Order: sequence, then C-alpha cells, then structure tokens
Amino acid sequence: MLKLSLDRLNDLFAAVAADQVLYIPADDASGQARFQRWHDGLEMTGALNTVRSAKDFFFPQTENLVDFKLKGKEIEIIDPRTEHEDFVIFGVRACDARSFTILDKVFLVDPVDSYYQSRREHGTVVTMACTQPEETCFCTAFGIDAAAPEGDCSCWMDDTSLYLQPQTDKGQRLVDHLGDLLQTCDDSAVAAQQQSTRAVLEKLPFANLSLDGFDGEHLLELFDSEKWAELSEACLGCGTCTFVCPTCQCYDIKDFDTGSGIQRFRCWDSCMYSDFTKMAHGNPRLTQLERFRQRFMHKLVYFPANNEGEYGCVGCGRCLSKCPISMNIVKVAKSLGGENL
Amino acid sequence: MQKIMIAKAKELLQSGAVDRVLGWKTGEFAYDITPAVFETIEELEQSFVYDDFCGANLSKYLIKASRLDGKTLVFLKPCDTYSFNQLIKEHRILRDNVYVVGVPCEGKTDGETLKQHGIKGILGIGSQGDDFIIDTLYGEKTVKRADVLPERCQNCKSKQHVVYDELLGEDGQVLDSHRFDMVEKIEAMTPDERFDFWRGELSRCIRCNACRNVCPACSCEKCVFDNDASGIAQKAAADSFEENMFHIIRAFHVAGRCTDCGECSRVCPQNIPLHLLNRKFIKDINELYGDFQAGADTESRAPLTNYQESDVEPSIVYHKGGNR
Amino acid sequence: MQDVKTTFKPKIVAFCCNWCSYAGADLAGTNRLSYPADVKIIRVPCSCRVNPMFILRAFQRGADGVILCGCHPGDCHYTSGNYYARRRMTLLFSMLDYLGIEKERTRVEWVSAAEGAKFAETMNSFVETVRSLGENKRLEDLRCKK
Repeated sequence: MLKLSLDRLNDLFAAVAADQVLYIPADDASGQARFQRWHDGLEMTGALNTVRSAKDFFFPQTENLVDFKLKGKEIEIIDPRTEHEDFVIFGVRACDARSFTILDKVFLVDPVDSYYQSRREHGTVVTMACTQPEETCFCTAFGIDAAAPEGDCSCWMDDTSLYLQPQTDKGQRLVDHLGDLLQTCDDSAVAAQQQSTRAVLEKLPFANLSLDGFDGEHLLELFDSEKWAELSEACLGCGTCTFVCPTCQCYDIKDFDTGSGIQRFRCWDSCMYSDFTKMAHGNPRLTQLERFRQRFMHKLVYFPANNEGEYGCVGCGRCLSKCPISMNIVKVAKSLGGENL
Repeated sequence: MQKIMIAKAKELLQSGAVDRVLGWKTGEFAYDITPAVFETIEELEQSFVYDDFCGANLSKYLIKASRLDGKTLVFLKPCDTYSFNQLIKEHRILRDNVYVVGVPCEGKTDGETLKQHGIKGILGIGSQGDDFIIDTLYGEKTVKRADVLPERCQNCKSKQHVVYDELLGEDGQVLDSHRFDMVEKIEAMTPDERFDFWRGELSRCIRCNACRNVCPACSCEKCVFDNDASGIAQKAAADSFEENMFHIIRAFHVAGRCTDCGECSRVCPQNIPLHLLNRKFIKDINELYGDFQAGADTESRAPLTNYQESDVEPSIVYHKGGNR
Repeated sequence: MQDVKTTFKPKIVAFCCNWCSYAGADLAGTNRLSYPADVKIIRVPCSCRVNPMFILRAFQRGADGVILCGCHPGDCHYTSGNYYARRRMTLLFSMLDYLGIEKERTRVEWVSAAEGAKFAETMNSFVETVRSLGENKRLEDLRCKK
C-alpha cells in the first residue's frame, strides 16, 4: 500500500497529467459533479458520484464512425479515427468500475467493437472507495464492495491522506511513474475505514435487496406479469434512466448530411424512446409498457441469462435519484421478484 | 389534507361518480413519489399520499386518462390547474370525463433539492413547524422548509385554482412573484456573457427529453425531433448547434402556451434552468403584446395565434434586447 | 495581415414572399440594380410560412445572416400572414439575442413587388452589416463546415 499526504494531491494530479490526460470528478456550475479534464487547481468534488457515469470515457454519447465525401462521381470513404491519447480517470466509484466489466461483455466479445476497445486500452481506471454511501445505493446486491473498489488502481481517502493500491500492470505503471511522491505504508488506516464504511453499507435501506427469481428460468413468467402495467403507467418515456446509467449500452447509428458528404455516427439510444429499434416495418414495441419492460427485463433477466448470471446493473442509484417520476429498478425488483414471483 | 383527500376519493369512487383516481403514490423513501392511478379503496388506503413531495403535475396524464371509459378524478394543485386549463383550450383533454378536485399547495420539494443542500443518506423526513427534521444515515438534520423549496415554489406565481369542480381547503391568490428577476439579470449581461452563460448551461444537456416529455404544453403526438422525416430528428446533440436548436425550438413551440409550471427544470437531471428560456418568452409577450398568462382561462387567443395591426416591428430587438 | 472583415464574403439566406419581395427581387434584376451575389433567395408562399426552424437550419447549413422579406403589414396576399410572422420573428430574434447570438444577423424587412430599389438597398445594407460582424460562430454546426 502506498500513501500521499492530501496537501500534495494537486502535485499528484500534476504528475499524472504531465504525460497523460487526467479526468477527475469536480463540481460544475449546477453544483453537481461531473468528470472534468484536470487543470492546475481543479478540486475534487465532495459529492458521492457524478451525474453522468464513467462509461462516457469508453462509450461516448456520440461518436463518428465513418465519413463519406463526394468528389464528382466518386465517393471517398474516410476513417475519422485518430490514435487515442492515454488517459487516466481518477475517482471512479466501485459501481462504475464494475460497469466496465459489464460493458466489456458486450463490446469486447466477437465481433469486437474496435472503437470501444481502443479506448479501453488507452484508459487507466483509478477507483476511489466510498465512505458515505447514499440511501439510493444498492451495489451490495450485485456483490460489489464499495469499500474495496476494483480498477487498475484502488484508492482510499481519509482526512489527511490518500492511499493507493495498484491492482493491474497498468495501475502499477501509474504508481511507479509517481515515484517519490508516494510513501509505502501499512494498511491499518484503510482497514479501519473499510470497517466503518461496511457498517454503513449494512444499514442501507436496500442492503438486503433480493434478486431471487430474476433469471432465465423465470423469463416468461416475468415477461407476462400483470404488474408491468401498473409499474409503467406513469413512465414519461424520457431517456433519463438510460442516459445516466453506467451499464446501458444500446446505440443507434445515424447519418448526418453535412451538405458536402455524410457523417455516419453512433449515439446512445434509449429503449424508453418511441423509435427504439425502429425497423422497416415500424417499431416492435408499440406501447410504453413494452418499452419499459424491455429495460428491466434486459438488465435483470436477459443479460444474466446470457452472461453466467451477471446482472446488467451495478446498483449505483443514479436512476433512483434522477427519474422524473421516481420509478426505478428497485421498485420493479421488489414488485416482481422474490416471494411475489 | 391527505386524509381529507383520501376520504373524498373513496366517497366518489364508492358512489360511482368516478371510476378512477389520479393521484400520487408512496415510494421506497419519504420523497420518491410516483404519479399513479387508484381504482380501489384498498389501493387508496395503502399507498395514496399527498405531502411536501408531490411536485409532479398530473395534468398531462389526463390527455390519455380522459379518453378512457368513465370518469377520472384528479387532484390538482394551483399551478397544475393552469396546465389543465391550457390543455382544455387546446382540446387535448375531454373536460366532461374529468372531475377536478383542487388541493392547496404550500410549495413542493424533492429529494434532489434536499441533496443540493448537503443532506446525504436520507432515511426519513418529518416536519415540525416550519422545519423539516430529516433522519439520515449520518445523523439527524434540521432544515428550514422555506430554504429547501425549489426555485419555482420560492417564486410561486399563483396559489389560486383557475379551474375545479370542487375545492378542498381555502383558495389562494395570484401572487406578485419575482420570477422574472433572473431573466432581467441575464438580459443585463453583455452578449458575450450571455453566450457563455447559456453555453455553460446547455452544453450539459444529455438530450434525455425529460423536459419535453414531462411538459404539459408539449403534447404533440409525434415530436419534430423524433420524426425521421423532419430532417432534424436528433437522438443526441452531436454538435453544440443541436443543443441550441433543440432548446430554442422547444421553448418556441410552447411560447404563449407555457404556463410556467416549472416541471422542465424540476425533471432536468443536469439541473439546467430551462424555465429561464420559457420565462424569457413570457416576459417578452407581456411587454410587447400585453400581459398574458397561459392557462388562466380557456377562451382567450394565444399571443402567437393573434395579432394587432399596431404590433411592434421585429427591429425593436435591436434597441431593446439585452445590454442596451 | 489581411483584414478579414474586408475580404470576408458573408453567406446570406433571404426568405422572400412569393407575392411581394420575390417579385421585388425580380424587379431589382430587370432594373439592373445590383446587390451581392452571396444572397441566396428562397421563395416562400407567405412570410408566415417561415418556421423558426427554417432560420436556425439556415444558420446550421452555413449562413452568416438570415433575412425574411414579406408584404408590408396590411398588404398580405392572405390578409394576415405577415402579422403572425411579425410576432414570431420578434420573439425568435429576441430569444437569439437572449442566448448571446448577434441579433444583427437576423432581420425582417417589408418589401413590395414595386420596390425593386428597396430590395437592392435592403440586401446591400444587410450584407454590409453581416460583413462587419464577421463569420457566424455562435450558431454554427461545425460538421457542415468541414
């Protein structure tokens, strides 16, 4: 375990940023946190988490795939990609760190998404343990330990110091590069913090949220449940839950006519939208009930059925705090799962 | 008030005067309340709620609900009645199928607003006099209720119900609010400052469409931004231009029809002060074409479907406008 | 260094009502009155056909200034179209100004079919105004500028 005095945090950021792009969660004009490119003096937020998740770094909201240029009667095809710079995301929470594992299962299986892969290769994830989880957190339901986050390098912060523990080669290279800034230390301070954090985690309202019954075995039973009507009746059909979600990975590919050519880009899509997966014949899910059901069936049933039981949710709680009508995955799980099945 | 409302709803359900009740339903916490339809006495007793967190405006749900068989009872707060009236005026709600019960409102807050005031880990919320006593994972917190109301309630424009079949409690008055103060402040900035201010705000937009979908004035069956044939359909803002375009056009489409209910700003996950766009149009309309409050009545012509031969010329913007 | 403002040739989109200013533009042409060739005219059946979206789309596609020309108030071919257009454009321009976008890039002028000279003058003065503002940077779509 390595250690840095907090009054030298800015020096650490400067050392990292010297040869890589560094992003840290910082407050914006609205008083909420978002990952921002570090510049001298930019301070870390006091908020538990960012509004937008860290998935944006690997799977951005919009991304150009290919350009077509018209030259007389010829069409030139241009690959708009440039080599990605190496970057470090500092202060990722345990839930978001797990979301990368889930996204990997989508984008890094055959056929590999080379756009995503390139970003993954160039990115180093430095995670930060939670000390004050919110009531909306339910990462424990997915076996995530917020006091011991995964990632290339895990960090803990107390009133005086930052503690670092590299977990992968990438993480090791990062701390090696920081050299003299860090001192070695024992893990007693971190162990004490973990103990107190875990005591809070146990007290969370959803600490014992059960996902029993959410598996491929019960697919049809869950799909046909009459409760979807009641659960979805107030849904506005907006994309808030999907766009703040660290694991939602659906996208649409669209063409933009620039006047002198075409830009083919992909952008996040939301299963809540009326034109989601629209095909030549129209839309396969005509009602909001079906679209609403798709989101939760995907995360809690289809995804685990195809991925050795791993759920497509990490319990970050963003959708709980952001849904305009306060309908969310926990309410769905409680209403449909367990003894209600 | 909640008890009186449940009693009223039960009475009307039992007598057969209404077939369903549109109200608010309890959630997992003290603050995560969901709009819901109640069809039985048991449902009402189990989960009907009316408290400081019932901010959601139920008017828009009536577009669908009023087309169901039978009558729908709806509880409307004063500002919701303006949206309701506006939808009646636009022939979007079938008035005969709705029984409106007006309920008083002293301002509604939400979990997000409490959290912006530094309250973490909310487990329970009680009230005592003018204060909220909040039980959190990290100890008990006391905050003044008035301090944790969102902007729209701090600048409440009216506590008067403009439409109802029955009123519970006392009706209030149209208020003198300071709701245009911030618009004036922005107008007084230099163009560069205004541009930077709005870029800072609108660049946070994630195009979730929550503002549009919650808006009672946005009741088109197919939005131009969802229509592939329109040529401007967008699922994401791929360029800063598209951020500007979406918000300018959305505000313009509801100009003269927006009642300033403030739902757009309430639901924005990025806390973009969207009401400041709508209020700019309201302020301009008031100043240029005479005071107008959308939803105050169901007969008057909306400012943009009306004209006077003596109207000002667009060039007034060169002299008026901000930073004159 | 060259002065950008003198060499800059602004792209102007002019929405012209079929019944008045479009004919006014014709008259300017037959009278051999000159106005800059950078003005691209789009004929519309009435000034009130112009949706605010048209104005924004013109800027998106690279316009540096957008002008709407219609019949003089009271002379609308359809009686009242231009009155509605007048309110709409007033509010739209005011909103653009509120967002910090140069208000001088947008203009409304009433030009009748008999006013060929006014049409040419209007375009000359509008082009001059936009030229002095320089390129449209605040309401541009970078994708269309590649």
